[in-house]
Amino acid sequence: MDFNQNHFALFGLTPAFAVDAEALDRAYRDLQAEIHPDRFAHAGEADQRLAVQWATRANEAYQALKSPFARACYLLALQGIDAMAPGHSPLPMAFLERQMEAREALADAVVAADFDALDRLERATRAEAERLLGEVAELIDSRHDYAAAAEVLRQYRFLEKFLADVGQAYDEVE
Amino acid sequence: MALLQIAEPGLSAAPHQHRLAVGIDLGTTNSLVATVRNGISVVLNDERGRSLLPSVVRYHGDGSTTVGYEAHEHASEDPYNTVISAKRFMGRGIKDIPDVATLPYHFVDAPGMVQLKTVAGVKSPVEVSAEVLKVLKQRAEEALGGELTGAVITVPAYFDDAQRQATKDAARLAGLTVLRLLNEPTAAAIAYGLDNASEGIYAVYDLGGGTFDISILKLTKGVFEVLATNGDSALGGDDFDRRIYCWVLEQAGLHTVGDHDKTMLMAKAREAKEHLTDHPSAQITAVLATGQLIDMTLSEAKFNELTASLVNKTLQPCRKALRDAGLSAAEVKGVVMVGGSTRVPRIQAAVGEFFGQTPLTNLDPDKVVALGAAIQANVLAGNKREDDWLLLDVVPLSLGIETMGGLVEKIVPRNSTIPVARAQDFTTYKDGQTAMSIHVLQGERELVSDCRSLARFTLRGIPAMVAGAARIRVTFQVDADGLLAVTARETGSGVEAHIEVKPSYGLTDDEVARMLQESYAHAREDVDARQLAELKVDAQRLIDATEAALAEDGALLSADERVAVEALITNLSGQLPSGDQAAIKRATEALNRGTVEFAARRMDASVKRALAGHKIDEIGM
Repeated sequence: MDFNQNHFALFGLTPAFAVDAEALDRAYRDLQAEIHPDRFAHAGEADQRLAVQWATRANEAYQALKSPFARACYLLALQGIDAMAPGHSPLPMAFLERQMEAREALADAVVAADFDALDRLERATRAEAERLLGEVAELIDSRHDYAAAAEVLRQYRFLEKFLADVGQAYDEVE
Repeated sequence: MALLQIAEPGLSAAPHQHRLAVGIDLGTTNSLVATVRNGISVVLNDERGRSLLPSVVRYHGDGSTTVGYEAHEHASEDPYNTVISAKRFMGRGIKDIPDVATLPYHFVDAPGMVQLKTVAGVKSPVEVSAEVLKVLKQRAEEALGGELTGAVITVPAYFDDAQRQATKDAARLAGLTVLRLLNEPTAAAIAYGLDNASEGIYAVYDLGGGTFDISILKLTKGVFEVLATNGDSALGGDDFDRRIYCWVLEQAGLHTVGDHDKTMLMAKAREAKEHLTDHPSAQITAVLATGQLIDMTLSEAKFNELTASLVNKTLQPCRKALRDAGLSAAEVKGVVMVGGSTRVPRIQAAVGEFFGQTPLTNLDPDKVVALGAAIQANVLAGNKREDDWLLLDVVPLSLGIETMGGLVEKIVPRNSTIPVARAQDFTTYKDGQTAMSIHVLQGERELVSDCRSLARFTLRGIPAMVAGAARIRVTFQVDADGLLAVTARETGSGVEAHIEVKPSYGLTDDEVARMLQESYAHAREDVDARQLAELKVDAQRLIDATEAALAEDGALLSADERVAVEALITNLSGQLPSGDQAAIKRATEALNRGTVEFAARRMDASVKRALAGHKIDEIGM
């Protein structure tokens, strides 16, 4: 068994951005059910060591495929593209301007301790993030335009970071 | 006492013999041991029918110890030598203990972990905990009539690496084979989940004597998947007692009292708290060493007022855990209450309000963790199981290393499913640099000074190159116990330097041996006999496992290979009655080495089996 085989092959899936989430979950659980270290707690050292290695491998692959962002990055990596590497072309001006506005709105909401405003920001950003993922799906699976997909992913990462900051803001406001 | 009851080789070395395994809840206030008997998880009682063992150890001048109720009863007479709640000091430095001022002990600040000066010498919290574990081990072996194969020891989910390592060391010191360190809320979920055959999202709110955990789990057919965990490893029922204690002092117009009175009043505070569980008020009466009479009434309303901020302090981790899991409180199907402190009515009300539902309390909150741990121990020991399930737990706090400017770079994010491995590349910042120091940290904050320092080590032998040319890959591996191992290697030039670290607070084998010697000097037990017994148990376990593997997957070996493995088994079996420790050790190692290839083939077969339902032709095998 090749320990370095690709994540999709490990779970018997076809490499694509669109994955059958249920099939992925099922394959992951079936694999863990066989190789998890808990299955080998009473076994010899060699078994225990291998079980840790296999379960680690299964977790790595599952995490990489479960999150749409990680999955897209992984698919691009299989194409030889490091989507998050520094030195790419700057993000579109219009996108950056929208982000600046959102950041200001976030700062205002924190100062005003305005939960409704935080909620609105979070919902709007999530919707925008979903839309970007839809574009990524189209670019990777149908148009095979990986360079364009990488650029959309860089925008998406911006939004993820922003959502994390919104989460932080909820804690601060309390 | 029968030290061991291992059958003669070949007679009942039957692979399917029931193995004696227990679950141990090593609590801050009380500890318990449970086992699965006739398919049902039961707590094992002491000879007087009591299930709890107070986690209290009293050291005497001759080096002997008293553990449990008796030690607790005499705590106020001998406050310096009677260690209560040692769990709060596990893997902790003196600056990590917020209430040092209210504790009577003579602390000694040692590197990594605080120690306590007693009449029997300086003791580490690991040694104190080991005394509690020894009593539980003995209780179990007497009840079950034999040497234990292994134990599952529970730890708070929010315990960091230092605290987990200390717990495992304590178990080793007590002569226990640790099958797994299991998170307390997860253990409780097993006890509840299997009972109720539940599906959906569950929250486990676990407020113990000194620690608070919240875990969010997803239960699906046979899988317990922890989605997120959070908590406070320095918040528990003890803090509620302390609020009452401070109130009593304030009411009495006292600033401070003697150590004897401190211990006595803390006990009175706890009694009052417990009384308030089903009474509207509690009477606190005591006579201090000065002759001053304390006689006060604490109403439930006053108690709630005194402790309101503590209750609130538990709700913030609940919010964070839900956020990490990407869920809202409304999506939680059930809330399980664990830990004696959840009996406080105000806590039940606050948790009910937060999650919008009445929390589940149908299992005894003191016992549910031990019961769940026993069920898991039974499975891990390899006993036949009818309902098969899988437990996927997470690492509670992010792990990372120090980078330039005193900042922490996270390598393993919190709530990663374990086991997990992550690697990150770093480089040299000076021309000709041949060494790099690596500082391993745990925590969520950005600054090194706000995180827990786990270990420091230096990678040497990096070939001299210009700054930025070397590529140093640092790999973090967290195992199924949630314990971390760090590896660093320089790969840029093809020359490899390699180091594996055990966190600095972990005990070395030599230290364990020394501590064992010391404790056995007082315990009327022969350390050699003990070590031999442990070697034999390990050897027998390996023989059983290998025989079971041969019976199940023997077809994966050629006739010659099988003969070779069988010869190693026969050799080891033959050494068992000899009592020759070195020979048994050698034969065990030989069998371990001789089954590496067999293990690899069996694992491959398992993976194929798992994927049998999927598109097998796509998999490069």
